[in-house]
Amino acid sequence: MQTFAKNIAALLLLSSLDAYGAGSKVLATGGATSIEGGAGGGIVPWAVINGYGSSGQWSVTGAVSQVGVDDFTLNSRSISLSYDNKYELSLGRQQLQLDSMGGELNQQIIGLKYKIAGELLYSAMPQISIGVQQKKQLDFAVPAAVGARDEQGTDIYLAASKVWLDAVWGRNVLLNATVRATKGLQTGLLGFGTSSDNGYQYVGEFSAVLLLTPQWAIGAEFKQKPDELAFAREDHWRDLFVAWFANKHLSVVAGHVDLGSIATFRNQTGYYLALESTWAF
Amino acid sequence: MGILIRALLLLVLTGCSSSPEPKDWLYQQLGGAPGLEQLADGLLREIEQDRQIVHHFKDTDIARFRKLLIEQFCELSGGPCKYSGATMQESHTGFQITEADFDNLVGHLIKVMTEQQVPVAAQNRLLAKLAPMYKDVVYR
Ligand code: HEM
Repeated sequence: MQTFAKNIAALLLLSSLDAYGAGSKVLATGGATSIEGGAGGGIVPWAVINGYGSSGQWSVTGAVSQVGVDDFTLNSRSISLSYDNKYELSLGRQQLQLDSMGGELNQQIIGLKYKIAGELLYSAMPQISIGVQQKKQLDFAVPAAVGARDEQGTDIYLAASKVWLDAVWGRNVLLNATVRATKGLQTGLLGFGTSSDNGYQYVGEFSAVLLLTPQWAIGAEFKQKPDELAFAREDHWRDLFVAWFANKHLSVVAGHVDLGSIATFRNQTGYYLALESTWAF
Repeated sequence: MGILIRALLLLVLTGCSSSPEPKDWLYQQLGGAPGLEQLADGLLREIEQDRQIVHHFKDTDIARFRKLLIEQFCELSGGPCKYSGATMQESHTGFQITEADFDNLVGHLIKVMTEQQVPVAAQNRLLAKLAPMYKDVVYR
């Protein structure tokens, strides 16, 4: 806890150096960092590229988050590197603590995203990106025991994001829609594919954000999930959040999540908290 | 949760039917003629201090640029002016202005408007009018 407090203090101090390494993109247009690592909302990857690096600029983004629901805690951390507001590489690590059962499951996620077309703020067409996530479940014994086929899987997604300026009550609105092909069971935390079905499932994921001021936003997300495991139902995920963009180096997201049923534990609801720091060069 | 999502959707839908407002609403929100002059001067100050974009203006007649910028913002915001300059595409061709350059200028504009206490709704209205010009300004 003490090192945590020290880290936060160091982050805040660094983040007060507002103008240094800020990058050109407009505040909040780097989005937040999703639990899988790249730019997004909390649970949905967006077409947005992480950080504030615009054309010809690099940015490095670090993020930590925690989801706490009735019987589980998910700790995620990631680092990502972006270039040219087009390319994004992210390395993520998730630790799912099985609070009621005991034990933990760790997953590693390497993500790549490439912006195909559009400009989030400036074009009539949405910004469109394609991404892949190479996921590996590092503690496969439990997932294998409950019916998962593979410890590894590759997700592919296509995302479209757009900001409508002056959309509602003079406020800006961001909408994002993502289609994902996945074999992941509970996003890969319980492995990939089953003995009866090793095909890709296609799911839709959506985020809506209202930017109240340049620094404050509220939003909602919906993440459709496949339901492939025989031993337990898997539900769609939802969240509501408030985001604060202190400056181009620091943002905080706090939310409420509804993860439905997870591994026979029903009605998993709770909080989401995320902290991001980003630097551009 | 479902109720909240529906409420948000309703909010988005009803927000589109805006109540009648004067034609020069934005012009007034920006502070009229003196407000726009301040805005232009603020922008010029920011540009001058921005090493990334200032080089584009090394051969520019600044007095003329200032006058045209004020005219353009005045006309765009419903004020009593007529823009007399070149089209955005004509005036920016040959400069190879990048996405980052454009982002920087937008950032300066937001900063200056915020300093002049232009309300967020008016800031967003002006940005909404400028954003579509991106394709005429950048990489030409
Ligand atoms: C929507 C955004 C923009 C608007 C509304 C705008 C507006 C204008 C106007 C009204 C003029 C004068 C036109 C004329 O001389 O007839 C002008 C010229 C100019 N603009 Fe922009 N501009 C925008 C974006 C930019 C950006 C991003 C840059 C580069 C950082 C830039 C660089 C210039 C330069 C260098 C000139 C002077 C051209 C010359 O000297 O002939 N503009 N702009």
